[in-house]
Amino acid sequence: MSAGGGCFIGASLSCADLIVFLYASVLHVRPQTRTAIDRDYLFLSKGHDVPALYGTLADFGFFDAQRLANHLSPRDSIYWHPNRAIPGIEFHSGSLGHLPAVAIGVAMDIKMSGGANRVFVIVGDGELNEGSVWEAALVAAAHKLDNLVVVVDRNGFQANVRTEDLVPLEPIEAKFAAFGWATARIDGHDFSEMEGCFTRLPFEPGKPSVIVADTVRGKGLASLEHRADRWFVALTATEIDTLLDELHGGGVAEVTSEPRIVR
Amino acid sequence: MTYQDRLFSIADTDPRVVVMTAENRAAIRDLPRRLGSRFVDVGIAEQTLVGAAAGLALRGRVPIVHSLATFLTMRAFEFIRTDVGIAHLPVKLIGAAAGLLSEANGPTHQAIEDVALMRLIPGMRVCCPADDTEMLDAIASIAGDDAPWYMRYNPRPAAFRHRAPFVPGTAEIVAEGTDVAILTYGCLVRECYRAVERLDDRGIAARLVNMRTLEPIDEAAILDAARQTGLVVTVEDHFATGGLATIVAEVAAAHEIAVRLHPIAFAGRWFTPALLDDVLECEGLSPERLAQRIKLALAARTTIRGHLHV
Repeated sequence: MSAGGGCFIGASLSCADLIVFLYASVLHVRPQTRTAIDRDYLFLSKGHDVPALYGTLADFGFFDAQRLANHLSPRDSIYWHPNRAIPGIEFHSGSLGHLPAVAIGVAMDIKMSGGANRVFVIVGDGELNEGSVWEAALVAAAHKLDNLVVVVDRNGFQANVRTEDLVPLEPIEAKFAAFGWATARIDGHDFSEMEGCFTRLPFEPGKPSVIVADTVRGKGLASLEHRADRWFVALTATEIDTLLDELHGGGVAEVTSEPRIVR
Repeated sequence: MTYQDRLFSIADTDPRVVVMTAENRAAIRDLPRRLGSRFVDVGIAEQTLVGAAAGLALRGRVPIVHSLATFLTMRAFEFIRTDVGIAHLPVKLIGAAAGLLSEANGPTHQAIEDVALMRLIPGMRVCCPADDTEMLDAIASIAGDDAPWYMRYNPRPAAFRHRAPFVPGTAEIVAEGTDVAILTYGCLVRECYRAVERLDDRGIAARLVNMRTLEPIDEAAILDAARQTGLVVTVEDHFATGGLATIVAEVAAAHEIAVRLHPIAFAGRWFTPALLDDVLECEGLSPERLAQRIKLALAARTTIRGHLHV
């Protein structure tokens, strides 16, 4: 999918396991219920990892996987950030720090309407730099939105540098706890840990929940893992073939194409 | 009927309506009790206020968001643009203390670029009622509309009886005349109305046009003013850039007509903080000062035309 223009593949691979697990085992939403009033919501606030969501939604039948061939085509809407023209995507994102607030509105309406559905928001760790995330954290706790769950994709990187080298974020759980949230920390690539954690939601009645998921940027591809310059990747056709081979157990691919400067 | 009575009656009639604020409760003090869970106060957090309004609207609610114009339109601008604007959600933003109504608060609280900012957003409608009567009509109208709206809150009493019901995109001709046309909106309609009386005393027949909405704009009212009168004067408590003066120029350009335009607006500075009557006086926006300025502008216009004929 990253041929001919590329995508944010490093950031996508860090939360691909989380997104797949959410759709497979947590979210009460399927293609036929994607507009149902009582569905669970997933908001992808770190919008640049949308390739992971595109792939998951296609696999779960929200739209035809062949449509992914339209990636970056001006005749379709499969571009670098999520948008509602893609079935299953609840809201557009890309500007960081927005969807915790939007999710609060959805969670509030569910409470007002007496619903039991839940609202999940995936935020990036770099996204925690945005003041609006903490504003929303205060408000969600004040309104006792225990139907709201924020998942932090803690891959340790923001766009270009390690988070702790720029604006240190730790201790993340303690920060949210101080803001009135119930917290958990898991390995975001360990499905049994995810199972144990997500089935306990809400962690405490009357409190919003945050799950800090430790992840690896570029997870699954040793040739891309932990590389700040592989946040956004425009790969050659040959590189894609060798990376797919690596993903399926082949040798480590060599990636030499120039990173694309998109930010 | 008060503003909060009107909001209550709208919410009472339409179960989709929720009233939201960022702790700006002065004008809506009774609504928490009367609306219960359909009154949402997020505290002093305008970004979350607007984002949450978008989320509520996604679920089919119609949020009426009451907050201070400056912080609503500027602190939360990108949330309005991105969450409300891109999704074209029916969120109704009510900006209190806009324009001159911030009185003695000083430049931190002066929203005199709000109209320009809001009308930049594709699909956003902008309404600036002349007084409390028009505001109550307008809020009922826009609450039932599918589009996002920004409205300048204006609790000042009416200076005259309105001739026509509020219709978005339809200006109100308050006075007829062909010597000069005064195009205005919001709280200065009142001052302009009194200025027209003073111009009449001086033998100048002024047309007074209360624009009411700036998006959609009543193009016909602007074109008529340009074609039928000797001079178009725009009067606004807004920066000269992006407000009504700009709109008139854009409409004239789009229709390829020349317009003799004299903008009265703020340019290059914020206004002097003081109580409203004193601001009006020292900024040259009192009825008497407006009448003088418009008469001078007409005289200058006549002089130029005289020179051109020589």
